[in-house]
Amino acid sequence: MTAITLPLLLIAAVLFAVLTVAAGLIWLERRLLGLWQDRYGPNRVGPFGLAQVLADMIKIFFKEDWIPPFADRPVFVIAPAVIIVTVLMSFAIVPFSRHIMVVDLNMGVLFFLAFSSLGVYGVALAGWSSGSKYALLGSLRGVAQMLSYEVFMGLSLMGVVMLAGSYNLSAIVAAQERVWFVIPQFIGFVTFLIAGVAETRRLPLDLPEAESELVAGYHTEYSSLKFGMFFVGEYMGVTLISAFITVLFFGGWRGPVLPGIVWFSLKTCAFICFFILMRAALPRPRYDQLMAFAWKVLLPLALVNLLATGAIVLAFFR
Amino acid sequence: MWSIIQTLWKVFLHAASKRKTVLYPEVRPHLPARWRGRIILTRNPAGRERCVACYLCAAACPVGCIAMQAAQDASGTRYPVFFRINFSRCIFCGYCEEACPTYAIQLTPDFEMGEWKRQSLVYEKEDLLISGPGKYKDYNFYEVSGVAIEGKNTGEGIDDEPPVDIRSLLP
Repeated sequence: MTAITLPLLLIAAVLFAVLTVAAGLIWLERRLLGLWQDRYGPNRVGPFGLAQVLADMIKIFFKEDWIPPFADRPVFVIAPAVIIVTVLMSFAIVPFSRHIMVVDLNMGVLFFLAFSSLGVYGVALAGWSSGSKYALLGSLRGVAQMLSYEVFMGLSLMGVVMLAGSYNLSAIVAAQERVWFVIPQFIGFVTFLIAGVAETRRLPLDLPEAESELVAGYHTEYSSLKFGMFFVGEYMGVTLISAFITVLFFGGWRGPVLPGIVWFSLKTCAFICFFILMRAALPRPRYDQLMAFAWKVLLPLALVNLLATGAIVLAFFR
Repeated sequence: MWSIIQTLWKVFLHAASKRKTVLYPEVRPHLPARWRGRIILTRNPAGRERCVACYLCAAACPVGCIAMQAAQDASGTRYPVFFRINFSRCIFCGYCEEACPTYAIQLTPDFEMGEWKRQSLVYEKEDLLISGPGKYKDYNFYEVSGVAIEGKNTGEGIDDEPPVDIRSLLP
């Protein structure tokens, strides 16, 4: 009996936690942006403005859910779900603590890469099915950006996989017992971080949205809860990338005194805050700069890192 | 790359700097006396309405939110029968105050005029009229102008010279 109920409870708990965090990020992002821009941010509804999340949700629930007559209806409806599902699937393999994980896949890193690639479909379908210029341009950019950054996102993780000798995320955490992989794999960490920002379409690499140029990019035509789903998907993506940075480069749940889950949450939270700091501080690059940076700087860097790590591992750890 | 890291660090340091926001209902911003807010109608030092219903404010108003009806009482003083400002249209430009020859209409440093109903923003004369002279304490239009009313003929005002007999050639 417990063999069935326990995993189900765990799945429910993870779903609940992830969705709560994603909703809470609405508030956190606005407060932190305010903090770094010498403002206060939402501080009126509830203690510290925390009930702002609730107010925002009520608002977005009661907005008109409008599907434009020129949109491709079924695809238009499915697209936001694709984004949410692909992000949520990756949470299945995150080791929140030594024993808290939904499934201990032995090809965890590949699973994560596969689902983050599938996330491109959400953007592509949303832009295509909207039947509007801005949405199409946004999704065009989104797809190109995500595909380009996907390439070296995978490559940047191979160094970690080599050092740990496994694709399994718990094995990777276990391999960081003596030293976090951020030190031997610093280049891998930097490239993964940048790729992660591009994958989640966050500022400064939010060219698929680019309010100042493309209205709202691929979700221009969306309203109400479907628009909300894109946002929740984006926030969950931020959480996911932060969680993976923690797991892959910063020792996951490892840490002194406090229990593993607390260390994991603290580290993840720090990276979420860093994501928001980037949004507060950095301007958006031009589109050709973005692509040139990916193909001419980061891809060679990831390749060199891969080769160097491989050589060192072969020479000294065999 | 270095400049990006510098930017991130500098923005991060802003977390410790002073907030620019004024937390309005708790902290009230200082409004100078000439701040252009809610419009009032004032009285002269004798306690009578200053407004002479000349329509200059209504003519100057760019959004046409002032309406009135002129009348004259037994003493020859002009006054508005009704004076109405539609604050849902008013843009608080202050042109009415500039146009007013009698300092009757004045803007005050008060902006908290929120209402639930649009109709409540239409202020009648009773709502606009205050009991004092506002920003100009000693000004009384009929005392300094050449207009004749009961008890004061032309030329009897302050700094007023007797009218010239235009039909005589003698100085």
